Amino acid sequence: MLSLKTAKAAGDFDHYPDSMGVLVDVNRCVGCRSCEAACNKEQGLPEPEKPFNDYSVFDEGHEGGGHGGVGRRTDETRYTVVNKYEVPEIDHPLYRKSQCNHCLEPACLTSCFVNAYTKTPEGAVIYNPDVCVGCRTCMIACPFYVPAFKYSSAFSPRVMKCIFCYDTRLKEGRPPACVEACPQEAMTFGKRFDLLEIGRKRIRQHPDKYVNHIYGEKEAGGTAWMYLSPVEFGEVGFDVHVPHEPVINFVRDFLSIVPMVLVIWPALFAGFHLLANRKDAQHNHDDIDREGGE
Amino acid sequence: MKLFAREKQELPIADHFKADGSRWSLKEKLLLGLSFDDYRQQLLRNPFNWLILIVFAVGLPIIAQRFLFGLGSVTHASNDYPWGLFLAFGLFGMVPLSASGFMLGTTVELFGRKDFHPIERLALLNGLLGYFFAVVYLQVDLGMPWRLPYPMFVSLGPAAVLFLVAWHVATYLSVQVAEVLPSFFEWLGWLKGKRMIRSMVLGLTVAGIILSTLHQGALGALFTYAPGKLHPLWMSANFQWIHFLTSAVFGGLSMLIVVSTFSKWFLAWRCDHHFLESLDKLTLGLAKGATFAMITYLGIKFIAIAHDKEWVYLFTGWGQYFLLELTIGVFIPMMLFAFAVRNGNARMARVAAFIGVFGVLWNRINTALISFNWHMYQEIPYWKEAVITITIFTLYLVTYRFILYRLPILYEWKGDK
Repeated sequence: MLSLKTAKAAGDFDHYPDSMGVLVDVNRCVGCRSCEAACNKEQGLPEPEKPFNDYSVFDEGHEGGGHGGVGRRTDETRYTVVNKYEVPEIDHPLYRKSQCNHCLEPACLTSCFVNAYTKTPEGAVIYNPDVCVGCRTCMIACPFYVPAFKYSSAFSPRVMKCIFCYDTRLKEGRPPACVEACPQEAMTFGKRFDLLEIGRKRIRQHPDKYVNHIYGEKEAGGTAWMYLSPVEFGEVGFDVHVPHEPVINFVRDFLSIVPMVLVIWPALFAGFHLLANRKDAQHNHDDIDREGGE
Repeated sequence: MKLFAREKQELPIADHFKADGSRWSLKEKLLLGLSFDDYRQQLLRNPFNWLILIVFAVGLPIIAQRFLFGLGSVTHASNDYPWGLFLAFGLFGMVPLSASGFMLGTTVELFGRKDFHPIERLALLNGLLGYFFAVVYLQVDLGMPWRLPYPMFVSLGPAAVLFLVAWHVATYLSVQVAEVLPSFFEWLGWLKGKRMIRSMVLGLTVAGIILSTLHQGALGALFTYAPGKLHPLWMSANFQWIHFLTSAVFGGLSMLIVVSTFSKWFLAWRCDHHFLESLDKLTLGLAKGATFAMITYLGIKFIAIAHDKEWVYLFTGWGQYFLLELTIGVFIPMMLFAFAVRNGNARMARVAAFIGVFGVLWNRINTALISFNWHMYQEIPYWKEAVITITIFTLYLVTYRFILYRLPILYEWKGDK
């Protein structure tokens, strides 16, 4: 009975109960790009070609357009980007900030074969460039297309991604630079558990202003960064097909057969060998010519 | 080389001793028993070598560029398509085509089908080289290739599928080296080494099956990390690894038929009568195996569609492309193989094998590149990426040929064994 209980507990890792998160309200964002500038400075990223008060960047796409057909994405020069969306229901454009969502069960972490990623109890998904091999499986696995690779470097490439300002701020309990820089208070920093309450309350109080969904509550098994939106999330560049369970769940089927193959195959094939060569053992040197394939 | 082999009785070398009774030196063995001038002459005479030279002249500088100026200088540096041609073709394509090693090892050593013996060594070599060059492709693609041993010794993430791939490919590569070594020892004349390997051949073969089952499957399972990014028809969380494993079975067998066909066409001087005479019969034997694997594969493909309830996708453009892949890549070669076996027509089996190899490559590229990010834009690789891919493949061909010319793969060593 007891063993059953522990087994269950191990299977349903309950995440870090007091981990922090951010609730982003798409309603409030005005696209000023202060968060991008703050992030750039805090993380020591290269100065962009166009300054942060140049709003023509909203007309840029990255090759082919990305989700929903528009928008820039995170890359080796920027950990966060704001994109603009024109939606028919509303007479003004909407803006949506994207960065690493800091999943509760991160796909990048579970897919990494050198343990370069860590989910800290504070909620950040951080990356260790010293062990990374550069295989880029994390970029394949991330359902939000967040990690980027420093392709420009031959001798010190690495994955580039938002780390929730872990080493400079979050560790000390302070909000990340982007949140602090926002003049609109579009982002709320707090314990993930409380943020969900706040989100639900806002939706309840203003049902006309929000769709009844907190993006990130369940997506990819839950994320630390979550969103509220006045329109369907697909209209403001969110991938609404992201599964509502951790990515690792899709891999479990395969992982579970590994020990079985390792244990069963040797005996099975040694048995086949004995059976196949039984006749040889019986009629010694009796050259039996057998036709056909496998 | 064809000409020399016709002129001189003692060529090609298949024995430790020359016609006059003296021993071939290692240098003479390397030069195929020719004088240096003759050797150079036969190199220059072969038009294929000029083609190789052109490929290297264009490709090697671009490979140097990749290592000096980064991946971004030879690819589109796409963050949306982190894996490009190097992995789609070089890793995901080459590995299933190299399944021949474990297939034939199992057939001959484990199931005791000694009749497949003449082609076993070619199968093992094909496996070894395929894996080795898959690792070469990987090294070109890895951001920090000098950290290749990290997942083994420095920082271990054993819960990841790639961890399994890394370990298995590494161990299997050593298993295959051991399996190919006997022919090297025969050629070298070091029989003690050969006996040592022979004594562990059963263990090596069983290890080969285990490792192959798991890493062929694991290559498929890598894509289960991206359930939403691949088109549903190419992605099945439950069956992906079986798809990759079964298609590797007929991929490896088809590749073996292809390679043996090339050997017969271009390296007939190097093959012994044993190999040449039994080849048609063996080809049909392999064809039979491939047919069964293909039927199984098609079956599981449709079971996966039924399981994931994806029938409706078959009526979209993607669905038609999917059916096209299965028809051309699997169904047609399967029928050809079946007719070939039925009518004893080895030539038809060879045609089927060429299509079968193409079918497996096409499937891997469809999985890793075409159907990946199906709801986004389609990435077309930068031309330099294609050139590097071709250059490494050429290097593979040159290595392959170098070994086939010398080691007793296509022929039996006449000296002490």
